[in-house]
Amino acid sequence: MKKTITLTINGELRSVDVEPNDILIYVLRDKLGVKSPKIGCERGDCGTCTILLNGEPVRSCLILAIEMDGQEITTVEGLSEDGLTPLQEKFVEHNSFQCGFCAPGMTLTATKFLEKNPHPTREEVQEAIAGNLCRCTGYKQIIEAILDVSNKLN
Amino acid sequence: MAIAHEFEYFKPESLKEAINLAAKFGEKGRPLAGGTDLVVKINDEIEFPDAVIDLKGIDELKKLELKDGKLFIGPLVTFTELINSPVVRDKFPLLREASGTVASSGVRNRATLVGNICSAVPSLDSGTPLLVYQAEVLVKSKDGERTIPIGEWFTGPKKNALKPGEIVVGVTIDEITGKQGGCYVKLGRYRGEDLAQVGIGILSLENNEYRIAFCAVGPVAARAEKIENLLNGKELTDEIIGEAKKLVPEEISPIDDIRATGEYRMHMAEVMLVRGLKEATARLNGEGTEYGTSVI
Repeated sequence: MKKTITLTINGELRSVDVEPNDILIYVLRDKLGVKSPKIGCERGDCGTCTILLNGEPVRSCLILAIEMDGQEITTVEGLSEDGLTPLQEKFVEHNSFQCGFCAPGMTLTATKFLEKNPHPTREEVQEAIAGNLCRCTGYKQIIEAILDVSNKLN
Repeated sequence: MAIAHEFEYFKPESLKEAINLAAKFGEKGRPLAGGTDLVVKINDEIEFPDAVIDLKGIDELKKLELKDGKLFIGPLVTFTELINSPVVRDKFPLLREASGTVASSGVRNRATLVGNICSAVPSLDSGTPLLVYQAEVLVKSKDGERTIPIGEWFTGPKKNALKPGEIVVGVTIDEITGKQGGCYVKLGRYRGEDLAQVGIGILSLENNEYRIAFCAVGPVAARAEKIENLLNGKELTDEIIGEAKKLVPEEISPIDDIRATGEYRMHMAEVMLVRGLKEATARLNGEGTEYGTSVI
């Protein structure tokens, strides 16, 4: 049975009709036009569908859209409204991504991680991004960009 | 693209309402907490519920507190909340250590401990700490409530003692009164997110008491009573650890699957038991590594 849900996406209040069996990632991409979260494994392993739900990174492939009534979602589109963030600039500088498929999820996970742990060790960075798989770069440039920006953060 | 199977969605605002829905739908009603298992199961056409009952509107199920020596973990408490809880860190360090190995941070932000035991896969990371802390599962239905010791909860691979119409309303653990040293040893194919190929939770207590549980090496996570009986009351010497190691094949029955062979699992279970026992006991004596440091 269709239900209209209202949620905040990147600071904007949006309403959308959903069925109970609609998965959030598809509603975001196909009904709301938010294309940065990617469809990957669809079972919570790869992290390409990562979004921030009320500020915390979660898998949008493991959430029913109908659960999101009244919730707040942030994606990379919202993060970069005023241009690239310092982390994103470091990703560019280090050539961290090749195909870019993992970049939105990786960016959200790393952004949130650095908020909580501004000066992490390499080990802590590796643990933080363990759930965001990258098949191009072998992680080296991603980890180095995160460490690089963390050394400049106050 | 939606999930192929169609179902109704309910978000009750009170436990009473949720229990009424559970009674109405019985086996065809599935409570939803984090959804990290349930959404996959419905999407994979392993489960076909008529009704999904979202518990997230019920505040009392979010409770995580230590009261009168008992830790209460509500069914909406996520692994991230457990890891961040000062009470869990100080009083139940083994539970915290094991929680930190569940999947990845993005999954732990949604996945709940109660959901983990309800899914009851043999490799569940929360199983061994709950077994050695001797947790109890509280369930409610229209007919009343009952308490199930965690040792009787796991009834088979992906099976638990919950009956149709019942909802888990919490897990409780009694505080350990004396000193404790814990160690959760998890073997995965690589570091980072993976299911356990072998898992051992060990609690080393005062007066040479040892509690040991295995996961991923039998149909259910379970205590290793023969090994415990051998060790209890004895100082850990290399000799006694060697004897304990010999009992491992009597305690577990690992199978070959996509993640490891039974033979490899058996060998590693022995290695992990030895290292875990030493580490848990070192931590008891204030000499071990920090919790979260892997011994393999």
